[in-house]
Amino acid sequence: MEIIESKPDETILLLGNEAITRGALEAGVDVATTYPGTPSSEIADTFSYIAKYLSKKSKKPPYYFEYSTNEKVALEVAAAASFSGLRSLTCMKHVGLNVASDAFMTYLYVGTRGGHVIVTADDPSCHSSQNEQDNRYFALFSGSPMLEPTTPQEAKEMTRKAFEISEELHSPILLRTTTRLNHARGAVKLKKPLKPREKGHFEKSPMLVTTPAIARIRHPELLKMLEKAEKISEKSEFNEIIEVGKPKDWGIVASGVAFNYVREAVDDLNLNVRILKLGMTHPLPKKMCKEFLSLCKKIIVVEELEPILENQFKALIFEIGCKVEIYGKSTGHFSRLFEYNPDIVIQALTKIFELKNPIKKPSKPILSLPNRPPALCPGCPHRATYYAAKKAQPKGVVYPTDIGCYTLGREKPLEMADLLLCMGSNAGTACGLAVATDQKVISFMGDSTFFHSGIPPIIDAVHHNHDVVITVLDNRTTAMTGHQPHPGTELDGMGRPAKKIIVEEVVKGCGVEHIEVVDPNKIKETTEAFKRALEFKGPAVVVSKSPCILLENRDKGKRGEDIYVYEIDQEKCRQCKICISRFGCPSFYYAEDGSIHIDDQQCNGCGNCTEVCPFDAIHKKGVRK
Amino acid sequence: MKEKTNIILTGVGGQGVITAANILGKAAVRAKVNVFVSEVHGMAQRGGSVNCTVRMGRVTGPLAASGTADAILSMEPIESLRYIGYSNKNTKIITDITPVIPFTVSVGMEKYPPVDEVFKEIKNYAKLYKVDATKIARDAGAIITKNIVMLGSLAATEVLPFSKDILLETILENVPAKFKEINTKAFEGGFKAIKK
Repeated sequence: MEIIESKPDETILLLGNEAITRGALEAGVDVATTYPGTPSSEIADTFSYIAKYLSKKSKKPPYYFEYSTNEKVALEVAAAASFSGLRSLTCMKHVGLNVASDAFMTYLYVGTRGGHVIVTADDPSCHSSQNEQDNRYFALFSGSPMLEPTTPQEAKEMTRKAFEISEELHSPILLRTTTRLNHARGAVKLKKPLKPREKGHFEKSPMLVTTPAIARIRHPELLKMLEKAEKISEKSEFNEIIEVGKPKDWGIVASGVAFNYVREAVDDLNLNVRILKLGMTHPLPKKMCKEFLSLCKKIIVVEELEPILENQFKALIFEIGCKVEIYGKSTGHFSRLFEYNPDIVIQALTKIFELKNPIKKPSKPILSLPNRPPALCPGCPHRATYYAAKKAQPKGVVYPTDIGCYTLGREKPLEMADLLLCMGSNAGTACGLAVATDQKVISFMGDSTFFHSGIPPIIDAVHHNHDVVITVLDNRTTAMTGHQPHPGTELDGMGRPAKKIIVEEVVKGCGVEHIEVVDPNKIKETTEAFKRALEFKGPAVVVSKSPCILLENRDKGKRGEDIYVYEIDQEKCRQCKICISRFGCPSFYYAEDGSIHIDDQQCNGCGNCTEVCPFDAIHKKGVRK
Repeated sequence: MKEKTNIILTGVGGQGVITAANILGKAAVRAKVNVFVSEVHGMAQRGGSVNCTVRMGRVTGPLAASGTADAILSMEPIESLRYIGYSNKNTKIITDITPVIPFTVSVGMEKYPPVDEVFKEIKNYAKLYKVDATKIARDAGAIITKNIVMLGSLAATEVLPFSKDILLETILENVPAKFKEINTKAFEGGFKAIKK
């Protein structure tokens, strides 16, 4: 626990996300909330680890932390803490802010009391996301001030400073990061954490009740706040002009991780330029930008995704009436797609400066290399549920899916994911398909997704009597993002006992008349349950309950229990290939002679293959070593 | 000392690639060398191909340009070839020799190329160092120390801007007391596999 045990002034290696947590601790954060999502998860997970670590040592964690039901709830919990005078932080992935945006947009009208930092972790290139939306638009859209760090050290400093700016402006503030910052490690010099306040007090004010009359009073206040924020931006230590070599006509404007690539490329290419590094990117320090423009004849804007700075600089040039040329996305030198890297930035700069590109065309392997696509783990209970559902109705079914490990059900041989928009969309789209078509529909969502946004569409299905089967894959964790707890688990994010919400009880409460609760490891029974659910006219819900195999095996290890691996009796095996080409467990493989075997190292010991095999050829081999 | 040192670490999820990158990063901080590490988290971790970058010296960010790796440290043969774009003719490619067969191959959808051909092709682009890290790790007492064996081999190729001792100290500081001996054996075993 270097992150809290190290002394102030010490330098330690931190992940960008850990640096954000440390920055919040140094600012004396009182309340932290989240809904987990890559690439933001480790910010919240670090709060969780620290709280559990301190509790184990019988020390009181200096803050309250929770994995909230969804991002909107997370934002509301933390906003109320801010209204009560406490410092709070809410973190989420970029698409999480879509969920929280209803609260967020009006929050800007109301403003804060204690500082509130909202971290949005964007994911250019969609490493782990369904889109690569640029959440800097949310700053412009809502009128929120925004900071964008370039390194873990700066991420920590900006987080700390963001609380001060938020309090000075009485406004929530966005800390906008991207995957290459969240998941980059760097040396971070620590400062002493401030003491948190623990409890706040809610002072009543009519300004906190956004009726139309109040909203009309608050909107001009928001615009006034932005004027004040611009003055802060002008003086911000995070905005600076860096001169490299002997600059004459050329300037480069850069922000976020794109700045890192620019800074190094400029040195490597021996360019003489001024770089305007923007860290507080909303509102822009207009005066500083205009001064920069007055020093340049040509500028290059380097920013990932949307041309947000580029368009603002075009507007500034128009305002001044100067003739500075702009190079960037509009000139085709940079793309609006995907994350940048040193190759992309060096290539664009050499083209603009008419230099020889020092990077040779990278070698490409001549041998064809097999891919390693992510797959459902060996022993994953989702595979068993999918297999059972397919057995119940092999053809003509549409499978709307959702955000989580189970999107991997899209892969061969299961191919049971047909439609996906966002968290909770499985059940909503299932309802729509029931209205629009005569096709059978079985949708799938995880338990954490169910609590997040899966309940309203189930109510819709009940109220309108949509003929759908909605499956909740209840593996008792938020698996894909790193096994975080959720309202259905018995411990909360601080490691304290929590009231466990039972999925099928909620479903019953929603008015669903046909509910099947199954253990997917009993494949035949599960298939029968899906058959009954499909026959039922109206909405049916199948709750498939079995813990994530990774957690299950970890717990077995802790308890000193053995994990048994399985093998195929080659005498009995008739090579029907159902285990490998229909069930598709990744621990099965073909030997050179074509016979089928199970890899001991990969088998997680679920034993479901024994039920899948029609010839009873698979049996327990022994304890996994 | 070289101005910049770029190390690419590759392998398959679960082989300790991220841990090895993290240890290199910590060793650099210990040696007071500027460092950035990039990692892969989330969806890509589920059984997929993993790559991390460790950059040291006069660098401002965690990603390296193509053809600029000083070393590629790979826990699996084809994974070193997959990231060959980072290499130049002076790059030291240090790889374990034991294949991990992808799911796509075991179900017969794709083919794993003969390992000898993989090594032959690597030699066309860069300098190859083969290490039987799986065996060395097993002999040291735990197969999970394979990543530590590989770090020992990396230390022997003299691309790091700090001493072997700093790296070993950092490793031992990050493992429980009862595993110190196994990890030392693994590290030294990896070192000796290169510097006989």
